[in-house]
Amino acid sequence: MSSHDAKKLGQLHRDLHTHMPSDPALRVKALESLAVEKGLVAQDTIDTWVEMYRDRVGPMRGAQVVARAWTDDAFRTRLLNDAGQAIKDFGFEGHASEHLKAVENTPGTHNLVVCTLCSCYPFSVLGMSPAWYRSAAYRARVVKDPRAVLAEFGLTLPDTVKIRVWDSTAELRYLVVPERPAGTQGWSEDRLTEIVTRDAMIGTDRDLKIT
Amino acid sequence: MQPPDDPLAPPSGVFAEPWQATVLAMATALIRQGHFTQIDWAHALGAKLAEADKMGAPDTEDTYYNAALTALEQLIGQAGIPPADQATRKAAWEDAYRRTPHGAPVVLE
Repeated sequence: MSSHDAKKLGQLHRDLHTHMPSDPALRVKALESLAVEKGLVAQDTIDTWVEMYRDRVGPMRGAQVVARAWTDDAFRTRLLNDAGQAIKDFGFEGHASEHLKAVENTPGTHNLVVCTLCSCYPFSVLGMSPAWYRSAAYRARVVKDPRAVLAEFGLTLPDTVKIRVWDSTAELRYLVVPERPAGTQGWSEDRLTEIVTRDAMIGTDRDLKIT
Repeated sequence: MQPPDDPLAPPSGVFAEPWQATVLAMATALIRQGHFTQIDWAHALGAKLAEADKMGAPDTEDTYYNAALTALEQLIGQAGIPPADQATRKAAWEDAYRRTPHGAPVVLE
């Protein structure tokens, strides 16, 4: 074995044993270490966001907002007027939800949210967006044929129900307020929170099930 | 594009790989610090997604996060860390991983 081969073999051996991260993981490490070093962003800020959105913030927050709107008329009015302000009651503001619009379903109207450009989403009230929300298929098709897309989610709407599609932007995100199901009179806010699904707050689900 | 079984389940497994979370965390933090705007981010990400779509990339999470990473590299480039510096730093991390014995913390020289 030549010394060159030995060197190559040694290199290969080390590569196998160091668990070299993937190419994108290395690119991210490069960006992160440089941005922190140059003071563009604090390491703590990155770590806190990751921990929050990986482990804690989920659609339950939005469900709490919806349940309050169902039980408190004054809150409902404030939510529909300025959702960005109203969610401050819960401390849910921030992270792309400063400008939030709540849109309410009625017996004759169904609201559906998309971001045709990229993946704008009200993270601070719904957590991370589902993969399908970010998919090219959903983004491209919802505006053109919302009924067909909803049917794929198992939601077939009669022609009498009008569908309004809201295209999110960097500056304005949406939260759908589903209709309160019949048979939930007298329920507490906590109990109501449990029946509000994430998909209902995006608009790919409509009739909430009473559990 | 199928809805998940339990839409209110705890957000476990939100990110398939840690670097995906870091990309979004960095974008959010850099917007907060004023290094670029929410609109810059949406446009850069939208352009990279459109590019991927045009090139026939599969409609997957991998494609999405790669587009997000490329958008972030571009905006960070404009914010004062040029692509050449990014590449040099990436190579430095590769070297660090190679020379670090398995199990030991990986640090830059």
